[in-house]
Amino acid sequence: MSLAVDDLQVYYRTLHGDVRAVDGVTFDLADGEIMGLAGESGCGKSSLGHSLIYLTGRMKYIGGTVDLDGAPLPIWDFEAMNEHRFKRISVIPQYAMSALNPTRKIGRLTAELLRSRGVSYRDNVKEFVRRLELVGLTDEVLEMYPMELSGGMKQRTVMVISTLLNPSLLIADEITSALDVSTQKAVAEMLVEFRDRGFVKSMIVITHDISILSQVADTILVMYAGHLAEKAPTSVIINSPQHPYTKRLISSLPEVGVRYAEKRLTGIPGVPPRLLDPPKGCRFRDRCPIATAKCLERPPFRETESGHELACWEVAA
Amino acid sequence: MTQLVELEDCTKVYRVGAFGSKRLTAVRNVSFGVKAGEVVSLIGESGSGKSTIGRMILRLSPVTSGAIRFKGDDVAALEGRALKEYYRQAQGVFQDPFSSYNPIYKADRVFTLIKDAFFPRVDAAEWGRRIDASLDAVALDPTQVLHKYPHQLSGGQLQRLLVARALLLDIDFLVADEIISMLDASTRIDVLNLLGELKSRGLGILFVTHDLSLGNYISDRTVILRRGLIVELGATEKVFGNPQHAYTRMLLASVPQLHHHWEDVAAGYTRAGNAVEPDSPDSVLVECEPGHLVREAA
Repeated sequence: MSLAVDDLQVYYRTLHGDVRAVDGVTFDLADGEIMGLAGESGCGKSSLGHSLIYLTGRMKYIGGTVDLDGAPLPIWDFEAMNEHRFKRISVIPQYAMSALNPTRKIGRLTAELLRSRGVSYRDNVKEFVRRLELVGLTDEVLEMYPMELSGGMKQRTVMVISTLLNPSLLIADEITSALDVSTQKAVAEMLVEFRDRGFVKSMIVITHDISILSQVADTILVMYAGHLAEKAPTSVIINSPQHPYTKRLISSLPEVGVRYAEKRLTGIPGVPPRLLDPPKGCRFRDRCPIATAKCLERPPFRETESGHELACWEVAA
Repeated sequence: MTQLVELEDCTKVYRVGAFGSKRLTAVRNVSFGVKAGEVVSLIGESGSGKSTIGRMILRLSPVTSGAIRFKGDDVAALEGRALKEYYRQAQGVFQDPFSSYNPIYKADRVFTLIKDAFFPRVDAAEWGRRIDASLDAVALDPTQVLHKYPHQLSGGQLQRLLVARALLLDIDFLVADEIISMLDASTRIDVLNLLGELKSRGLGILFVTHDLSLGNYISDRTVILRRGLIVELGATEKVFGNPQHAYTRMLLASVPQLHHHWEDVAAGYTRAGNAVEPDSPDSVLVECEPGHLVREAA
């Protein structure tokens, strides 16, 4: 088991009260697993990813535990996490284009970053260049400023830098969203290659785009309004989802080959609840066609068959 | 059927760099048309000039050379009353619904602005009826969206309000520039279906997008753009079913599909690779089958 998250709760502090973005989340990640974390905007998927590595000032740790490779991760302690960040758990941020310091050349930037972790740049520069070449860049990049690189090149550079110390867990947050389809494909395939080459042990790929996950992820975890909805192997989520939300979400996705004139797709009526004062019980209740009185109570996220977990009273009964 | 909107040999050159010292050709000799009751999707990657074309049609950006005609009239020559009449018939909805509204005012102020500018003589009761009708057309509940501030509404609701605003004008032509991109998966398909319903009411729609699966779903004809050049143009089922240009094949092979893996898809498009040579500006569009044009070297 690479990562074990148990009943994690992370809220956002606001003037009006706590926004329950991650509310009681429990899941495991196996060694070498690429888990896709999918959901609509505001469902808490980025908050969940961030809370594993970097709690910003507005985020408040409420409870729960995170174990990485059997050892607890002190995510509530910003200082204590420094030891783990970059070395054992790393992140590719959503806006990789602006993640690089514009006043430093790539080589120096990396050297400073490594030194801050007590790692020698000289010992690692060879490996750094080797990996840059793997993603189609050359050692000239070391002597370049970020502004001299294109968006796709910056994205790849950030990917190489984040994984340079072979972290156990990599969190990739919406890294393909701002890219063109052809670059998107290259970046997504690179993630799989990094895993296969052992640069990272396991990965959480956060995206709203399930079709990307269907290409690269081993398993998909679907979140809805701060709760987990369903987790299963990719092919199961795509072909036979069980949770009413996942079902409707998957069937609303247009695909090449599906035409309006031939097959009318439908969305999900209604909007997700506000997380400031979320409804009790299942949060999908108001939009769910099969909701019953029982759904006023929160359904547990439990395994219905091997490798398939979901939170629904009606389906899992 | 005659064309509702027709672009003839349109070119757009931007001045970039210090004091406009450099020239950037964003759109190069583009010609196509949109008929009434037809959705044409304009597909391209970033920097292909797809938004520039939408902006030129709406006269938000002047054409460098070439002509855009709306119902036979040159759009660039319209002035005063004729221009206002043009905007009554042709409207645009853009990518980010959150920045289209003034956050200080309630969202339904966009309707009031339309009334003041175009229909000052319509009385309040009649105007209320029209608003209800156009909200009904975009499947919004008036009690949920009227008298609300933009931040109280969801992206999908705001985007549909903008379409409702366009419908109040009884438009004939809509430029929908990436209107789906900012919306969530569970609501985006509803906005897309809305375009389909507008089409059946006789509107001509230019659907600008980078997402091939969305274009494929909704449009009757497809224009594939690359670096300002049209590389392929034709009926959607022809362009997607029988792509001729290497670039179109590369795009189709790169689209992540739910039920097919990339490798299997790519195998279906022979000669597909990531490095497709850019077309030279003097290449020409050749008709490979009726109504299906492909760019080939001259």
